[in-house]
Amino acid sequence: MHNKTITELAAGLRAKEFSSVELTRYYLERISRYDEQLNSYVTVCTDHALQQAEAADRAIAAGDAVSLTGIPLAQKDIFCTDGVKTSCGSRMLDNFIAPYDAGVVERCNGAGMVMLGKTNMDEFAMGSSNETSYYGPVHNPWDLDAVPGGSSGGSAAAVAARLAPVATGTDTGGSIRQPASLCGITGLKPTYGRVSRYGMIAFASSLDQGGVMARSAEDASLLLNVMAGFDERDSTSAEQPVPDYGATLNNSVAGLKIGLPKEYFAEGLSADVARAIESAVDEYRKLGAEVKEISLPNTNLAVPTYYVIAPAECSSNLSRFDGVRFGYRCDNPVDLEDLYKRSRGEGFGAEVKRRIMIGTYALSAGYYDAYYLKAQQLRHLISEDFARAFEEVDVIMGPTSPTVAFNLGEKSSDPVSMYLSDIYTIAVNLAGLPGMSIPAGFVDQRPVGLQIIGNYFDEARLLNVAHRFQQVTDWHTHAPQQFKD
Amino acid sequence: MEWEAVIGLEIHAQLATKSKIFSGAATAYGAEPNTQACAVDLGLPGVLPVLNREVVRMACMFGLAVDAEIGRRSVFARKNYFYPDLPKGYQISQYELPIVGKGKLIIELEDGTTKTIGVTRAHLEEDAGKSLHEDFHGMTGIDLNRAGTPLLEIVSEPDLRSAKEAVAYMKKIRSLVRYLEICDGNMQEGSFRCDANVSVRPKGESKFGTRAEIKNINSFRFVERAINFEIERQIDLLEGGGTVVQETRLYDSAKGETRSMRSKEEAMDYRYFPDPDLLPLHVDDAWLDEVRSSLPELPDAKKERFMFEYGLTAYDAAVLTSSRELADFYEAVEKSSGGETKLAANWVMGDFAAALNKDNLEIGACPVNAAMLGGLIQRIADNTISGKIAKQVFEAMWEGEGDADSIIEKKGLKQITDSGAIEQVIDEILAANPEQVKQYRAGKDKLLGFFVGQVMKATQGKANPGQLNELLKKKLNS
Repeated sequence: MHNKTITELAAGLRAKEFSSVELTRYYLERISRYDEQLNSYVTVCTDHALQQAEAADRAIAAGDAVSLTGIPLAQKDIFCTDGVKTSCGSRMLDNFIAPYDAGVVERCNGAGMVMLGKTNMDEFAMGSSNETSYYGPVHNPWDLDAVPGGSSGGSAAAVAARLAPVATGTDTGGSIRQPASLCGITGLKPTYGRVSRYGMIAFASSLDQGGVMARSAEDASLLLNVMAGFDERDSTSAEQPVPDYGATLNNSVAGLKIGLPKEYFAEGLSADVARAIESAVDEYRKLGAEVKEISLPNTNLAVPTYYVIAPAECSSNLSRFDGVRFGYRCDNPVDLEDLYKRSRGEGFGAEVKRRIMIGTYALSAGYYDAYYLKAQQLRHLISEDFARAFEEVDVIMGPTSPTVAFNLGEKSSDPVSMYLSDIYTIAVNLAGLPGMSIPAGFVDQRPVGLQIIGNYFDEARLLNVAHRFQQVTDWHTHAPQQFKD
Repeated sequence: MEWEAVIGLEIHAQLATKSKIFSGAATAYGAEPNTQACAVDLGLPGVLPVLNREVVRMACMFGLAVDAEIGRRSVFARKNYFYPDLPKGYQISQYELPIVGKGKLIIELEDGTTKTIGVTRAHLEEDAGKSLHEDFHGMTGIDLNRAGTPLLEIVSEPDLRSAKEAVAYMKKIRSLVRYLEICDGNMQEGSFRCDANVSVRPKGESKFGTRAEIKNINSFRFVERAINFEIERQIDLLEGGGTVVQETRLYDSAKGETRSMRSKEEAMDYRYFPDPDLLPLHVDDAWLDEVRSSLPELPDAKKERFMFEYGLTAYDAAVLTSSRELADFYEAVEKSSGGETKLAANWVMGDFAAALNKDNLEIGACPVNAAMLGGLIQRIADNTISGKIAKQVFEAMWEGEGDADSIIEKKGLKQITDSGAIEQVIDEILAANPEQVKQYRAGKDKLLGFFVGQVMKATQGKANPGQLNELLKKKLNS
């Protein structure tokens, strides 16, 4: 059951092979059996999920089911859920229950999906290893000593270990693609504006984008069909029509022009990862794609640019966590300043505080021009690199991350080395482009991810390109040994 | 040394929208605390601002009315600071690219001259909530009903040279926003308030002195007093060999003085940056043309028209056009009086305005409407009653006794214009006062008034004064 894709699960539900309640119980049991080892869920919504499953079964019986009615999913704990705790991986929100659903949650509920629970994540989505969570790190299902990546590490681990058929994630600098890569699953970060940010707790508003984490491109296309679309409550949401992402999955990739940025295969990339990526690209050659080297000359500016813009926005976005109206409040504040200082000092973890301080500094009078304004100019140059590349090629490919999953604790005391694990994903957020990571092999029994970057609103093509690869390879079907049964 | 004051005002006008600038919550004043604040106003995690289109229209109306450039691309920015009644930890405002750019406004001074005051810019922003320090022992209550209320901050050039000019400017802006119906101008409820930047310099000096900013003044009287106090304070300081420090000051209306709130060194670094939740705002020509065509006749144009069309003096026209309601009322009175432009002006500005003032009523809510006042004026014009009797009729109308004609009828106030009837009374009066008649004829002209008074007394004031005078003189001189 747990190896079935959501297409297969949906067919089974329609054919009454099993009910949504049975399917949901099945997954809830797997979670209770395995999640102690992984720590991928912050909250498991047993009662809530079974109620949704019952409603889904009624809809199926009444013939009112839509494509994903009754399919369980896990929501990253960054999406607000009416009546269910939304912690964002932080002590600050350990007591926070939103009185509203995020746009994404509303759409999943509206499609009859069943929320199994809320997944663990780096605190406020700041991290690449899931080690900054207030609820402790998530373990990689392929090797419990390894990190799952971050910040959507809980969703990635849950999907990889078959503790959820599919999950949501968010990606500000690689937070869907990097954990998808490290956990051997399929992750898609859509174009900025494709998925509503309403009710998704903001880290860096101009970069944040919700997306999907699944075991295959086909599954990803089904969930994206549900999540994508305009939301008038989000002014940055795109009023673009949403195609049926499943309709073009099987299009031929013969003649597809693939660009390999030479900067993505330079120093810093593990040789084993490079080999895995090259053989994946060879598969595309066999499918008739044309592969050429391209250049994204400002690639080296992406990480420093990101680490000005993202902290700057986060320093302002996180100001609302002040202990006044909701969330963590320190004990017995003596005055207002004490209330602020201790509530924030005690409520936030070290990485969040580091970024708030960097961002506050970057926006300060006298530094704004040198940092924030300069970073915005560089952001423009980085976007132009991609615009030029897409005049020549249809998609860009390369590694998602320079290495396979590293060990827990390995980089947690060295923020810069941690930041560099997102070196290939960050530029995509700065440009607002869609990007995917799909399984493309293993190095030392740890998964390698192939990144596919597309032009604006070209998610259908990304899914098509990924799906064709998954038709001729089986990397995406491998399950971690410990969680196979 | 002779000193000159340099003053600039930042006026906050609350835009009269039904809902808030970035959320759907209501803006009505006076509701129970925190009943008009939704998740967006509370700054809950994950919620996002969505701009209310109506505030853009209102800001553009203002911009067009002060002849300003409209920012075709304006940007919302975050002003970051911590305060308990500022839910998000930042205020959404506009910084580098405001919606309204440079404009100008003409003010009338007391001596009848006019002066052009530059408007530097006007930008949109959200108001904060309110901190309530009373009623919460040892704690502070927060009311977020006001959080997210749309404000238009109108910044003037430092073109004002006295407290009186500042007040004239502020009154003019208030009249303008009320004409445009974009702000109710209610100063008591805080819908219209200002900060004043004040500095002084030796007369003739071109450089500005160091300024102090007086925060949140909410009445014309306080603006005048606060500025005058501040000018005096700065002059005293400088003449005593001291220097003015750049700082923010508060006006204490009870003590009638300003006092320091924070100095420049303590000034906050607001870390402005463009709000990534809101895309730049684009205003296109077609939409702007639509807004332009919806503009009402503005005070200056109306005043010119009143002078030209009704032959009013500049002063009368200015008074009558000081608010849209008053101007509309005057025009309605003038029309129903049958074109008695002068009489209508005198009555509207005189007895009518005085009665409104006395009972503290708005035009729309008072007992005498334009048709009634116009009807009364008609009766003066056609000699049915004298001006003096008209006052009596007006008072009765104000008391709700009906329209002019029915009151005149009921009380028998119709003027006596039958010369025979007047002559008869005159004869009686002359016969009853032979001594006075003798004195008059001996040259004591002043006694004419005595006879007029006696006749009026006998006729209860109803004798037509012109006829009476004429007939009386004829009789006495014969």
